[in-house]
Amino acid sequence: MREESLKLRPYLDEVGVMIGLEIHVQLNKLNTKIFCGCPLDYHDDGPNTHTCPVCLGLPGSLPVINRKAVEYSIKVGLALGCSIEEHTQFYRKNYYYPDLPKGFQITQYDYPIASSGYINIEGEDGEVRIRINRAHMEEDPGRLVHEGGSIERSKHTLIDYNRSGVALLEIVTEPDIRSPKEARRFLDKLRNILGYLDVVDTTLEGSMRVDANISLAGGSRSEVKNISSHKGAERALLFEIVRQKNLLRRGGKVVQETRHFDEARGVTVSLRTKEEAHDYRYFPEADLVPLKVADWAPGIAETLPELPDARRQRFISRYGVTDDHAKSLTSEKQVADFYEQVAAEVDPKLAAVWIADVLKGELNYRSFSIDAYASEKMVQLVKLLAGDKITEQSGVEVIRTILDEGGTPDEVVAAKGLLKAGDDLVTAAVEEVISKNPGAVEDYQNGKHEAVNFLMGQVMKKTKGRADAKEVRKMIIQRV
Amino acid sequence: MITISQTIKAIKNSSAEDVVKQCLERIEGSKYNTFITVAKKEAIEAARNVNVHLGPLAGVPIAIKDNISTKGIQTTCASRILGGYVPPYDAHVIERLKEAGAVIVGKVNMDEFAMGTSTETSHYGPTLNPWDTKRVPGGSSGGSAATIAAGEVPLALGSDTGGSVRCPASFCGVVGLKPTYGLISRYGLISYANSLEQIGPIASNVEDMTLLFNVIAGHDPRDSTSVPGEKDYTNALVDDVKGLTIGVPKDYFGDGIDQAVEKSVWDGVHRLEDLGASWQEVEMPHTKYALAAYYVIAMSEASSNLARFDGMRYGLRLEKDHDWHTTYSEIRAQGFGEEVKRRILLGTYALSAGYMDKYYLKALKVRTLIKQDFERALKSTDVLIAPTMPTPAFKLGEKISDPLTLYMADVNTVPVNLSGVPSVSLPCGFSNGMPIGLQIMGKHFDEETIIRTAYTFEQNTDFHTKAPEVA
Amino acid sequence: MITTKDVEHIGWLARLKMEEEQLEGYADQLNSVLDYFGQLDEVDTREVEPTYHVLEMNNVFRDDKVTDCLTRDEATGNAPKTQDGYFKAPRIL
Repeated sequence: MREESLKLRPYLDEVGVMIGLEIHVQLNKLNTKIFCGCPLDYHDDGPNTHTCPVCLGLPGSLPVINRKAVEYSIKVGLALGCSIEEHTQFYRKNYYYPDLPKGFQITQYDYPIASSGYINIEGEDGEVRIRINRAHMEEDPGRLVHEGGSIERSKHTLIDYNRSGVALLEIVTEPDIRSPKEARRFLDKLRNILGYLDVVDTTLEGSMRVDANISLAGGSRSEVKNISSHKGAERALLFEIVRQKNLLRRGGKVVQETRHFDEARGVTVSLRTKEEAHDYRYFPEADLVPLKVADWAPGIAETLPELPDARRQRFISRYGVTDDHAKSLTSEKQVADFYEQVAAEVDPKLAAVWIADVLKGELNYRSFSIDAYASEKMVQLVKLLAGDKITEQSGVEVIRTILDEGGTPDEVVAAKGLLKAGDDLVTAAVEEVISKNPGAVEDYQNGKHEAVNFLMGQVMKKTKGRADAKEVRKMIIQRV
Repeated sequence: MITISQTIKAIKNSSAEDVVKQCLERIEGSKYNTFITVAKKEAIEAARNVNVHLGPLAGVPIAIKDNISTKGIQTTCASRILGGYVPPYDAHVIERLKEAGAVIVGKVNMDEFAMGTSTETSHYGPTLNPWDTKRVPGGSSGGSAATIAAGEVPLALGSDTGGSVRCPASFCGVVGLKPTYGLISRYGLISYANSLEQIGPIASNVEDMTLLFNVIAGHDPRDSTSVPGEKDYTNALVDDVKGLTIGVPKDYFGDGIDQAVEKSVWDGVHRLEDLGASWQEVEMPHTKYALAAYYVIAMSEASSNLARFDGMRYGLRLEKDHDWHTTYSEIRAQGFGEEVKRRILLGTYALSAGYMDKYYLKALKVRTLIKQDFERALKSTDVLIAPTMPTPAFKLGEKISDPLTLYMADVNTVPVNLSGVPSVSLPCGFSNGMPIGLQIMGKHFDEETIIRTAYTFEQNTDFHTKAPEVA
Repeated sequence: MITTKDVEHIGWLARLKMEEEQLEGYADQLNSVLDYFGQLDEVDTREVEPTYHVLEMNNVFRDDKVTDCLTRDEATGNAPKTQDGYFKAPRIL
């Protein structure tokens, strides 16, 4: 990205929508929780099977910090362009909720481990820098199940503490985001970067949870909680904009409050309990000692992989692919790795087209990941296409067949007889079809250009689809 | 009172099981309400299976203050809100005791959640002072000290947040140590004020207290505030104070100090002088603010440490559930005693928006000054000696109606917790038949010098040979 | 000076249910203690740093290694109300 094309967003009160995000990222690639040795592989197990006195908050239990959690947090901070704090420590955030076993959450307040970073995203009008205020470490609370389905209708609450104590990194942006779409793009980009860093498995439920703060025209902001998907974030924010606009239009005032996003109904609901202004009474956690870990940063910086933006630039300069393709190919680290393996052996530009424009689509449609298609198979396929051995449609068919049934491109081409028809065969087919369909030819000559399609169809039938459609069309038009 | 060496002898002559059974009998017949839970089955089984050659504590019965987590044995903190709670894990010190072969006979009484100076706030009723059953045994580790004074067990663990080991030691005529902050693991100690408290060993004499201390002190990776390293403190059991410089802080001899107490403590200082020590007066000008600073910090931390008691995972739950916040408030209103509620309210206030600077942060700054007072005083001296408590044990009910009056009794003990230095209390005299205690304070991590001083004092006086007439 | 209204607010912050008749008594008690705490104002602490930890220790960690968990029975054994392995709490709202 070129420095001069970036705009630093000034903090304007009079400009429409202002959105800030707080993203809680679970460091679920650690082996254990943040303050105790309980393992994280609880997703398939029953409730309350991965707990200990510490994460249950049993009286007398004490926290001890997971060194690797600190390393991962520094890694993320560095990847987001943050500075790492010289002296960082933990605080207690005091509030009461059934998912919080100690009646306080151990988190960071003053002196967060990382601060002042940014992520560049595609804004509403060009590339824009979204500033990151801070990234700090904290513990995850437990998980609540509202019997009866929703928080309003439940008769009681069931609590599972398996998740209690999982290491979280809370990333807080400045209110630089200007639209729900930008919010979604930010989240996608963040997830992309985290995937590159290999500190989070973002496919796991609950791995990235978002709270969004939104205000209109510098008015009061509402906080929306319980957003668990990027699409959900976009929907919740859209709903909020409409709700707030309507409220203002009716002469009402937007109150500063916390709202709960109901994913199923696509609405936000006021959590108007007596918890008006939260007084969290933050004070330092005396059961933990401060950390002086800024000197870990250079060593950790060396272990950073090439990040998405840098990789994207390199794809453009090294492989000559378009920016769009580069973006698509670097959107996930595994896809980028896949591409480079293939581009090492075939024409990179052609590879880019077939991976970014075709393969990704087919994978998405089937909810597969890139693992579902071996890179050697893509190499084989691109070679066939480059050598003009099969048509583009055939290429698509090969991919689909392999994904649905298995096999290699050579095998599929042989089995389905997809090798391109030779020139003579095609020419013969064209001439035959033209001679056999004078009516259609006349229609075409009289101005009904769609008639060409009928003729093309006949040729394709005759050549059993092995002719190249573009070529056929050209030939027909030439002759008529 | 019983000593370790008597116990070991008795074990040799009979068996650990017999000794424990006799101990349990004494406990069962106790007139002092020392125990909340007697772990009869577990104790007999442990004694039956113990290897008596494990070390100095093998087979020796010990009582544990009821705010220390014992696996499988009810742990209540003397509160209704934790009634019936049976921890699924042992505190670190309990693991060490079991490894050493000590036999845990049960959980002893205390002020509710360690908040008190007289053991009168216990949900299970007060413990009586064996020297005079109309008087308090001190607090909050009243049960721990009384059970030793009454000759029921030879050893006990207490905890000291603002004097809760030293006060009952002083009132009951026994020996109690508050170690340097960080020397004894707090893993398993149910928190009242976590930046101030330490578990403390209590016994009838300095040697026994030291043997117990030796076993329970040392690094624990599960406590982030636990200092690395292990030491053998029995090397300090030496009868020698030649060349020792004693600091006597005049600020600890204020108006509230009883005349008999003052005299006994000074007699003690002079006794040590006779034995080769020298003394000088030291200034500790911020001492008079220590009480306020202590209570602000302790109550603030307590308000947070006790937030977990909500009846969901353990403890009191009422028949009917309303909505979450209402239910939670009701359980706590019914489960906590008045003193605990008061401290939670005050602590919440001291941390609340708009008041945190004035109270909590201010108290932490005053704490720095008090810590500096100690550093300055101990630059030119080896130990500091002062009365542990301003008076001997007061009568039951005498101070309980006005909280402030009771708080004032902690005036000499709280500065020690604020600065984190170690302090041992041992008997130095009597007043109308009631024991008087003096405390010997030292530099951080210099338990050896205060133990040596205490041992020398004890070996050259006879206060430790006195015991109450047990009912 | 704390008023009964303040007591009500602090009582809510601390989640300690109080009856109307108790408020004044609490206010008196709290006020006398807070009066006493007021002495701290006399101390000049302008150049003084607060002491959060008496020990000057930093960087205490544990390794990212799995240790034993409690079984579900141990974890829920003390709970007054459970359901299908979950802890059972009142409804939120």
